[in-house]
Amino acid sequence: METPQDAHATSAAAPAAPDPLVEPGAELTEDELRRYSRHIIIPEIGVTGQRRLKNAKVLVMGAGGLGSPALLYLAAAGVGTLGIVDDDEVDDSNLQRQIIHTTSRIGVPKTESAAAAIADLNPATDVVVHNVRLDSGNALEIFAGYDLILDGTDNFATRYLVNDAAAILGKPYVWGSILRFDGQVSVFWRGHGPTYRDLYPEAPPAGTVPSCAEGGVFGVLCAQIGSVMVAEAIKLITGSGRSLLGRVLILDSLEMTWREIRVRPDPELVQPTELLEDYGAFCGITAVSADEEPLPAVDARQLAELLERRAAGEEDFLLVDVREPGEAEIVSIEGARLAPRGLVLGGEIDLPRDTPLILHCKSGGRSGEVLRHLAGEGYDDVRHLDGGILAWVREVEPGKPVY
Amino acid sequence: MAEVLVDIPQVLAPSVDGARELRVEVPGGGAAVREVLDVLARDHPRFGRKIRNELGEVRRYANVFVGQDNIRDLAGQDTPVPDGVRVMIMQSVAGG
Repeated sequence: METPQDAHATSAAAPAAPDPLVEPGAELTEDELRRYSRHIIIPEIGVTGQRRLKNAKVLVMGAGGLGSPALLYLAAAGVGTLGIVDDDEVDDSNLQRQIIHTTSRIGVPKTESAAAAIADLNPATDVVVHNVRLDSGNALEIFAGYDLILDGTDNFATRYLVNDAAAILGKPYVWGSILRFDGQVSVFWRGHGPTYRDLYPEAPPAGTVPSCAEGGVFGVLCAQIGSVMVAEAIKLITGSGRSLLGRVLILDSLEMTWREIRVRPDPELVQPTELLEDYGAFCGITAVSADEEPLPAVDARQLAELLERRAAGEEDFLLVDVREPGEAEIVSIEGARLAPRGLVLGGEIDLPRDTPLILHCKSGGRSGEVLRHLAGEGYDDVRHLDGGILAWVREVEPGKPVY
Repeated sequence: MAEVLVDIPQVLAPSVDGARELRVEVPGGGAAVREVLDVLARDHPRFGRKIRNELGEVRRYANVFVGQDNIRDLAGQDTPVPDGVRVMIMQSVAGG
């Protein structure tokens, strides 16, 4: 770590669009002139701009909600090389928003599914598939091959990793982030303007902000934010217009308002010069070590028995569902009381100390987190449901829906 | 009495009874950010603790804007809130 000399040297006031990021590639073919004609006849892009796009290498982090529309628009625009990093597979719960994937490709790695869609849309695109989870060991090497990074990942730890790797390499980083109806989008570029750390030096406490899988996401919000991200990428590559560098747009899709705020390099902030070893730890996520005592748990059948005995007045305990209300609406265990993880960890909900507690979530992760938190707060009779409501449905109520 | 409108991000709304916009009445003439946050912390202690730490400093994962500018780039909590200018609290989300 060192003091941010480069940030000091950068003018904080209204950073103008820098020179085009990418040199023009080979002459366009007749087919390309026709295919891209609606862009080429715009003076700000022109033949030269289109040749820059042809020569550009863009890395898209995550082929999910934001990555889906971004990849399609980047391919359609004629970006020559598209890298895709994702280690997940297509699931039917993705299809409400991840429009690059299809029903017929459920179960296929997202990188391959996206590559298939891109090949169909624009066969000239060179797709590089990185079917890996980005970590401190591979990030710099992967990023080094690209001109620009577009980040549509889904967790704070990866966000900081992507920022730091892009900052260390001095590459522009188009950032977008979404939850429910809210979106934020900007461009970060160390040496030319602020970085993600200038806006958010630290992640919020682990567990207090739900993920899209927990809190939900308005499907079309992905396109609202994702399309802005691609517009910024194209402008940076071709050197046209004014980029979002130094500005953040904040979308409330429910109220349909876009706000704009300014962000400047923070002269006090220590910018990283090398990647952290553990971004999870930086974001307050404690890795469960192999030698940690197993958490007190009940399995689904035991819980069913306990609930029967509670109904008969032979047991006294509170069954607490730490998922979000919308999840409970899809499927819940009768007799559970809802207390979302974020509200328990954030202190909005106080669970009783004089009653034994059994916690459950979807698959056992969040309930374990809440259990550790409560144990730290001195609660001494807390267990959680092994495998969450998914295990409950599998073993006790197979007729109920899962998600 | 100065009146200031404060925008609350969705992730923090549960600690202010679900409100996305709060009307804060600050005693005296003009208001600085500190006074606005003091009133919010008095009326919504949990919200207050999420925005500022035990030393009364704005937490590093919370951002407070007066108009378009982060108070970190201005005078911190001493930043005045001009008449008619909104205060916006912004917190990070990471979904994609």
